[in-house]
Amino acid sequence: MYRWHKIWFNVRICKASSLLKSNNCSRSFSTGRYVRKDHITQDLEKQFKELRDKVTAALPGSDWSPIKLTHGLPPERVDIVIVGGGVIGWSIAYWLKNKVMSRDSLRVLLVEKDPTYSQASTVLSAGGIRQQFSLKENVQLSLASANFLKNINEHLGVVNEDPIDLQFNHSGYLFLASQASAHIIEENYVIQKEQGAKVMLLSPSKLKERFPCLNTDGVALASLGLENEGWFDPWTLLNAFRRKAMSMGVYQCFGEVTGFRCSTQNAETMDGDLLNIRRIKHVNVQMANSLEYQPVECAIVVNAAGAGSGKIAEMAGIGHGPKTSMMSIPLPVEPRKRFIYVVHCPEGPGLECPFLIDYSGVYLRREGLGGNYITGMSPEENEEPDCSNLDVDHDFFQEKVWPHLAHRVPAFEGLKVTGSWAGFYDYNTFDQNGIVGLHPLVNNMYFATGFSGHGLQHSPAVGRAVAELILDGGFKTIDLSAFDFRRVFNLEPMLESNIV
Amino acid sequence: MATSMLFQMRRYCPLVPCLTVARRHYASKPPSVFNKFLLQFNQRFLEVEYLIRLGNWFKTRDVRRKNVFYVYAQKKYGVNVAAAYCILKLGGGFRFAGQTQWFRSDTKGKFSFDFVNTPDCTIEEIDLSSTLINHDGLHNLTSQHNLRSLHLQGCPEVDDWFLSRLHVFGESLQELNLSHCPRITVGGLAALQHLRKLQKLDISSLPRLQNPGLVHILVEEMLPHCTVTGAEYDQGLQIQTDN
Repeated sequence: MYRWHKIWFNVRICKASSLLKSNNCSRSFSTGRYVRKDHITQDLEKQFKELRDKVTAALPGSDWSPIKLTHGLPPERVDIVIVGGGVIGWSIAYWLKNKVMSRDSLRVLLVEKDPTYSQASTVLSAGGIRQQFSLKENVQLSLASANFLKNINEHLGVVNEDPIDLQFNHSGYLFLASQASAHIIEENYVIQKEQGAKVMLLSPSKLKERFPCLNTDGVALASLGLENEGWFDPWTLLNAFRRKAMSMGVYQCFGEVTGFRCSTQNAETMDGDLLNIRRIKHVNVQMANSLEYQPVECAIVVNAAGAGSGKIAEMAGIGHGPKTSMMSIPLPVEPRKRFIYVVHCPEGPGLECPFLIDYSGVYLRREGLGGNYITGMSPEENEEPDCSNLDVDHDFFQEKVWPHLAHRVPAFEGLKVTGSWAGFYDYNTFDQNGIVGLHPLVNNMYFATGFSGHGLQHSPAVGRAVAELILDGGFKTIDLSAFDFRRVFNLEPMLESNIV
Repeated sequence: MATSMLFQMRRYCPLVPCLTVARRHYASKPPSVFNKFLLQFNQRFLEVEYLIRLGNWFKTRDVRRKNVFYVYAQKKYGVNVAAAYCILKLGGGFRFAGQTQWFRSDTKGKFSFDFVNTPDCTIEEIDLSSTLINHDGLHNLTSQHNLRSLHLQGCPEVDDWFLSRLHVFGESLQELNLSHCPRITVGGLAALQHLRKLQKLDISSLPRLQNPGLVHILVEEMLPHCTVTGAEYDQGLQIQTDN
């Protein structure tokens, strides 16, 4: 240190004297700068610079820490853990915070596996919303969600941020029915009208008049949605929910839930059967690309993992109990792969193109204004594609989709496929309807899953319903008690006939 | 030397930074009074946001007040009077079917209540140009099944959801003017397909349309019996020239 000081002072003296010289005397005639070849002092300056950097890094306000930390670890204790950061998960997070209206009295953590959302069902969906369902709960959910989307900036607007533009396209769904299925559409129409949806029935001749591009062979009846139906950008809705929820203090963590630590309690039923009642104490969250995991202590877990929710339920022991017990019944939700094809056809229907759903299962909607359309269909139960990846089966389009599509809209004989993608449905194999509510044996795991392709359009209303169930102890606005897990035990399916 | 030793120590025992750094709260100097004020506000994020929302609520109070649903008037005087009252409250004008006289409010917003005496007259023409009507206010007018012409020129609150509700006039509406409405996009214009009787439509000067010329063509195709006034067909298009 003393040696360094001496050198340092020498340098200072040198500098000072040269300064003096330049002040006193006239400038020298040399054009190049005087370069001092003093290695020790150069080293020293470098060291001082490093030291300065270190000091600024260690000052409070910077994220430097003497112990190496993994970034993005979840908090150790929260009140509610939401598994799954899709649109349903973020909607629940938003409504939970919205109902409490306080920053930290309810700590909510949302765990999402994939920060890029590359395989998320939300963003890979076609983005439609409709009121044409066969169950009154579904119609109510759609109406409430449409109302939410109508006033989205009042709900999800964040101060000092841009207003949300959903790019909503107000084109109704057009369901076509054959002679065999016409009575279903008529029954549904009555239910939808009762709930206040604006739907219109069309005879084949009227249909031809309204949509001249359609071939009405085989169509016995059609129903067209007039209001609150159409399609929008799912990514915008997801981000709007996320932005608002995070501004309200929801913790976000990118990691994977790998297991639960539960406590068990034995109970006896009236009939003398022994029951194993579980309660989740900790959720193990493993960080992405590392082996490090963090147990998160929590009171309530919400399973909103969509296509992966069956796996999450299995981790809590659901479906693993002894046979003939309630615990042995698994969550009937599994991923199903669905293909969406982008086709280009300049002769196709224009701005009047509805969200067409043929009785064969083929659907079609316009995409933008340049003659692009997206189309697809659900395969037969025994022809379900392999769900391990998101590869697109192009033969499926050639063999199944195109013939039906070209039959219905003859202009599509001359289409050109320009793109395609695949996404997962969180398919409820039991009755193709959402499962909302508490599990009877794991008594702090709430479900909000299994919506089989209409989760996006119901997300605002479902989020509110789950938040009511958790915080108020029951449904307040829309009664979803029919969607409880119990119907799976009791083998009472709530079948929805309008599944696309 | 002492500083470098300190850093060696800092690296190995985590308590040292607490002693050296944590005692000082601020990096350089204590923050100014204004910054202290802001830091306090940071603790009160939700409350501040609530206050700002309250401010916005007061700003949009006028829109809400003018678009309330007149249930009482509907019950007491009938749907036609309620609709007429709503229009005059908004500052617009209307004409009853079979009459030539227009009812309008004056510049101060005052109007005569003569229309109360004719509760059976339905409204044929409505002029709501430059008023604050939105989709809630439209609820008062949905009972007018003889409405032939609707002028919504330059309405700041008319958006796509408003257009999607216009299907209630599908069997009667012949003339619709939407020009200069700042919030209408192409997604809402698609909902006009339900207006099958439409003969005249004005969609000129809609600032949120990205390709007004193309949209003009598409709307004309969608409504084949309707004369559409809009942008020039080539507006917003890039015309390629062969070199």
